[in-house]
Amino acid sequence: MILKHADVVTGGGVKRLDIRAENGRIAELAPEIEGEGIDCRGLTVFPGLIDMHVHLREPGFEKKENIESGARAAVKGGFSQICCMPNTEPVADNKVVVSYIVNRAREVGLCKIHPIGAITVGQRGENLAAIGAMKAAGAVAISEDGKSVVKTSLMANAMQYAADFGLKCLCHCEDASLVDGGVVHEGYYSTFTGLKGSIRAAEDIIIAREICLAESLGLPVHICHVSTYSGVQLIREAKARGVRVTAETCPHYFTLTDAAIAEFDTNAKVNPPLREERDRLAVIEGLRDGTIDCIASDHAPHHEDDKNVEFNYAAFGISGLETSFALSYTQLAASGALTLPALAEKMSGAPARILGLEGGKIEVGAPADLTAADLNETWTVDPKEFASKGKNTPFAGREVRGRVKLTVVDGAVKYEEKRA
Amino acid sequence: MIHSKDIVGLYELSAEEIDELLTQGLAMKKLLRQNIKKLPHLMGKSVTTLFYENSTRTRCSFELAAKYMGAHVVNLSVATSSVQKGETLVDTGKTLDAMRNDVIVIRHPVGGAPKLLARTVKAHVVNAGDGMNEHPSQALLDMLTMREHWGSLKGKTVAILGDIRHSRVAKSNLYGLTKLGAKVRMFAPRTLMPQGLDTMGAEICSSREEAVEGADAVMGLRIQLERQHAGNFPSLGEYARFYGVNDEILKYAKKDALVMHPGPVNRGVELTSAVIDGENSVIEDQVLSGIAVRMSILFLLTKEEIA
Repeated sequence: MILKHADVVTGGGVKRLDIRAENGRIAELAPEIEGEGIDCRGLTVFPGLIDMHVHLREPGFEKKENIESGARAAVKGGFSQICCMPNTEPVADNKVVVSYIVNRAREVGLCKIHPIGAITVGQRGENLAAIGAMKAAGAVAISEDGKSVVKTSLMANAMQYAADFGLKCLCHCEDASLVDGGVVHEGYYSTFTGLKGSIRAAEDIIIAREICLAESLGLPVHICHVSTYSGVQLIREAKARGVRVTAETCPHYFTLTDAAIAEFDTNAKVNPPLREERDRLAVIEGLRDGTIDCIASDHAPHHEDDKNVEFNYAAFGISGLETSFALSYTQLAASGALTLPALAEKMSGAPARILGLEGGKIEVGAPADLTAADLNETWTVDPKEFASKGKNTPFAGREVRGRVKLTVVDGAVKYEEKRA
Repeated sequence: MIHSKDIVGLYELSAEEIDELLTQGLAMKKLLRQNIKKLPHLMGKSVTTLFYENSTRTRCSFELAAKYMGAHVVNLSVATSSVQKGETLVDTGKTLDAMRNDVIVIRHPVGGAPKLLARTVKAHVVNAGDGMNEHPSQALLDMLTMREHWGSLKGKTVAILGDIRHSRVAKSNLYGLTKLGAKVRMFAPRTLMPQGLDTMGAEICSSREEAVEGADAVMGLRIQLERQHAGNFPSLGEYARFYGVNDEILKYAKKDALVMHPGPVNRGVELTSAVIDGENSVIEDQVLSGIAVRMSILFLLTKEEIA
């Protein structure tokens, strides 16, 4: 397979190249390669995008999403690899569920799907899950997802034990006693709506705790979906003194503020909550200066039944796989905050490195995972067009720039937009 | 006339609409004072009260307001917890609509629930209190009481003291009072004062004295005992001593300042008994204003204009 006349995003910049894949790998990169191929004139080719934080809901919540619909959403969104969180039913806290996901992903055969195991049995924060067995079955990291391990000593043990298997803890940072039923960020808009808020410290305290553990133990740790300006600063300072901390954020944190909940839009209910403009700007600055390593969508598909209810009863989460690239391109690259190679790093290179996955770069010998997008196309987000079962997005009707046209996984086209 | 189908909050109402609701409410209050309790305004109309939270006075007030004007009234109490929810609000709303209800009066523990219902149903929706968001009929009855005493609210100063954070009454009053040209001062323990009210037009005070100084009305808000258990303050006794309104504090207000409270009042906590029963207290009069203003709400919402 050959991609022709593409603007290819490499570490060294954007170059007009042809790409030839053979046996699933990039075999040749050259200005002009002989042979039939896909004409990518006008398209920019990124290393296959990697989303290290998604929810696929299978097993257990197939009404919201399943592995097949999630994978379809992924390749439509330009992702060649995704990592799915363990909050399924049953919880992915054992090799059986992890194997099930690996097998289903293989049967579906769209993108590479890497399971993330739970840190504790049943995500209950009491006993360590079978971390070694999950790794052997294909888990690429562990996470308590959606909550923090409350007991600090257990978290310390988890980080150490996981390290024996080369796994990192991906930390959702939330002090439950501070959140105490809060559903939005505490500030003007929590008062305006009368919805219970939670303060930044609820997130920051656990970010700080995980940093302290990583520093004390000399181990790496990864912070999920950073949303506060103060959290960004904690990570920046930790990195400056050599702590092996990495971090992700999500498109909604650098695109929206809590103003989005003013009319009680449950599609803007997400955890951590949308915060204020100073947080949004700090997240962008964190991405720009390298404090925040990567972008993940925290794709959290829900059925309409879970959202068309009173705000407090609505599920947290945004269906994000199909808007992640366009929002990131629009907010970060088109605005000049990030160059195209930097955007590729945030959405592919860094997640690959953090989790030790193959991929994340376009070079001879690398897996032929490629994402081609038209960066000049503006389009309007319409959840009805989502491949994901989850139509829950606060971005409906929003005009964005940059549209994924083609997703190649291991040298095979897994998504190609139908041409009009 | 009221331009929207529903009354979900005073934030959404214009000064003109609030003014009309109060004017009509004053007329209703006059009739009630004459013990006239059979009016034709809602004849042939159905009103359902849909309460997801316990309430005696607000529900009773809406029910009497509807009945005094000849409406059919059905009361629905829905016991809810987040664990056992049963039918969804949207489905309940559709059912009530199918039964040809003209008005649904809803109280709900979650902010925004009346808006969700209003979007779902054809019936007029009246918010009887949603979470920590709004309690428009309470604020309207407070303003009706003030208007009756003062004529106009313009330039008046209202001090609100108590659990501002959890109070939908404080916010509705803030919206309504500022729209009619009054100033609103607020004071609460820091643990019970939310952010952003200054942006919404309130003057946030740092002491009782500062809040009450020269005020035309002093309003206490109910302190729930559970706030003590949540650690918002050490004890009701300490609350009363440092945050309550007593005769000493009341001296800072204008001589004829109105003493108000949405009720039910904890005697000796938000206000001392001497203040509650003092000559400036209009707490009982607020109750009659409540029925009058709810009659006004129900009437103006359902009124059919004949060209």
